Amino acid sequence: MSKQEQHWEKSRGLLFMTLAIWFVFSIGIFLFGAEMNEVTGPFGYPLTYWFTCQGSLGAFVILIFWFANRQEKIDEEFGFSERGDD
Amino acid sequence: MKGNFIDNLPKVYGIYTGGFLAFIIIMSIAEQMGMTAKTIGICFVAFTVAIYAIIGYLSRTAQADAYYVAGRQVPTVFNGMATAADWMSGASFVAMAGGIYFKGYGYMALLVGWTGGYVLVASLLAPYLRKFGCYTVPDFIGTRYGGNLSRFLAVVVLTVASFTYVTAQINATGTIASVALDIPFQYAVYVGLVSILLCSMLGGMRGVTWTQVAQYIVLIIAYLLPVFWISNKMGAGFFPHFMLADEVSRIAELEAQFGFVKNSAENLKEVPKGLAGITKAHSAVNATPWAFISLALAMMMGTASLPHVMMRYFTTPSVKAARKSVGWSLFFIFLLYSSAPMLATLSKLSLIDPTLPTGIIGKSISEVQAIDWYQNWNQANLMFVSDFNGNGTLELNEFFMGGKAVVLATPEIAGLPYVISGLVAAGGMAAAMSTADGLILAIANAISHDVYYKIIDPKAETAKRLVVARVLLVVIGFAGATIAAMEIQGILGSVIWAFDFAMSGLFFPLVLGVWWKRANREGAIAGMALGLISGAGYLIWVRSGGSGFLGITQLTFGIFGSAVSLVAMVVVSLMTSAPNAATQKMVDEVRVPSGKSILGKQH
Repeated sequence: MSKQEQHWEKSRGLLFMTLAIWFVFSIGIFLFGAEMNEVTGPFGYPLTYWFTCQGSLGAFVILIFWFANRQEKIDEEFGFSERGDD
Repeated sequence: MKGNFIDNLPKVYGIYTGGFLAFIIIMSIAEQMGMTAKTIGICFVAFTVAIYAIIGYLSRTAQADAYYVAGRQVPTVFNGMATAADWMSGASFVAMAGGIYFKGYGYMALLVGWTGGYVLVASLLAPYLRKFGCYTVPDFIGTRYGGNLSRFLAVVVLTVASFTYVTAQINATGTIASVALDIPFQYAVYVGLVSILLCSMLGGMRGVTWTQVAQYIVLIIAYLLPVFWISNKMGAGFFPHFMLADEVSRIAELEAQFGFVKNSAENLKEVPKGLAGITKAHSAVNATPWAFISLALAMMMGTASLPHVMMRYFTTPSVKAARKSVGWSLFFIFLLYSSAPMLATLSKLSLIDPTLPTGIIGKSISEVQAIDWYQNWNQANLMFVSDFNGNGTLELNEFFMGGKAVVLATPEIAGLPYVISGLVAAGGMAAAMSTADGLILAIANAISHDVYYKIIDPKAETAKRLVVARVLLVVIGFAGATIAAMEIQGILGSVIWAFDFAMSGLFFPLVLGVWWKRANREGAIAGMALGLISGAGYLIWVRSGGSGFLGITQLTFGIFGSAVSLVAMVVVSLMTSAPNAATQKMVDEVRVPSGKSILGKQH
């Protein structure tokens, strides 16, 4: 397998992992919205309510930065990273 | 100042922010000294719009690269701010807290959808389109799949989605300008339009980028300052986001105590159009999982297909900067979105809790009708009370409010000085203007670059191309303003439709263009055309009384459109021959961040 194919395989793996986490916070938890809202969540808000106000939103922010860092590491590993900083 | 503009950005915008805060303080002193509310409103809107116009003028350019993609040198964090302003429209600023206030959980699917979509942008599209080096989204479609028809269809989808969106934004600038400057709406719409064009006419994407950063700073201050102030004034908590749990449970308690009494149709006839009462629980789950998830999903896929957002990531210096920049965008959006539910909570509690001095439920009707702010907002057609049951006391089901009032009226209800209301008007104006600029530019650029330059006259010189781009900008702006002046549709509904149109036609052609090498021209054409047609068809069917299926409503018709698009694209691609070797090689190169972009610097 060429270097390029290996790089793409790893990138695709990262994509699936990112989408799986995305799925949990955007869709998964809301399948059980009514049940989860009975539980008290962070700062004392009802749990599902908290996810819609802050939890899921914050998770997406963190997820994107995490994804960007992982992808940069993969690019560096195969020597595909761009020169210069941003 | 030494050094070039880009190196000095933190300093420039630091001074700008300081200047704006100083302006707020000067205005509040002027208010103490007796300046009228009307003058303060005019000062806020005029001052901020003048600043944007100056930035727009200073950013003028004659180069295609600067006009279309701001020279590809916008630093990560600043591009994040510009995207956040581009993204958060009049709907986010003025209508969102109201939607949460009235509809609760079911509406909050929009919060999840409008943020979760950025994960798709960051992981599926933005870095790859940045590597591609295109000027517009149809530029990617046209080059990846080849052929004028695919390019043209992408322009059609882009125009349908963006135009639906932009009329709502021009409408919002007109509403704010007409209130703040006290002129009729029909003229105010054009005042709003001229302000919008001042930012983008001369500098294209470069002008829009630097005004959007300035607009973000204004809108975030204008949103957060009242939320924190009200929360502290009510004694609800120093940092509302972490401290409103008691208030949320108090609202649930009051809801249980009052009950949601249903009004008869006859009584509701009395209520002015556009106003609503509190009929849904504030924090309880009041929608089925599918209703919530389908709306969130439609907004997420729409986010990843809307060209005015995508093209912001064409302006970063590198592929990795594009990825990081998506994260910063969402962070800056998060600051406002996570505050909207808090504002809705504070607003609702201050109105309905009889133990608070601002509470009106349980008071006598005549007492409420004598309150100053009630009279003001009743006159503005945003508040209404009526004694349906004739007991002389205001009940929960007898109090009605317009969605905009949550953002616009809460500062006044909580007893904040008028300077805050002026600030909120400036913030709403900034939010609507920045989004309108991004959208008008997206349409004008796609038509000037993809239709005029790539299809009609490939030999046109840069100067001529940029003249065409600017003429289109004005024409599209006026077309949008003319439709906005007719006031056919509400702000929020048309924004949601724009997302559905975009995802119906563009989501799968874009994503599969990067992630599926086998996708070919015929497949993409089928995907775009059938996706858009079936989505629009479904909308028309449901609007004209059709029952719909699978719980897909007129707000989520994009789910149906994009499903048709996916099936059509895969089936047609597989039935026709694979893309040629050159195209396959191009896709391979897009997947590698380093090296030259696919399209040259000038194309």
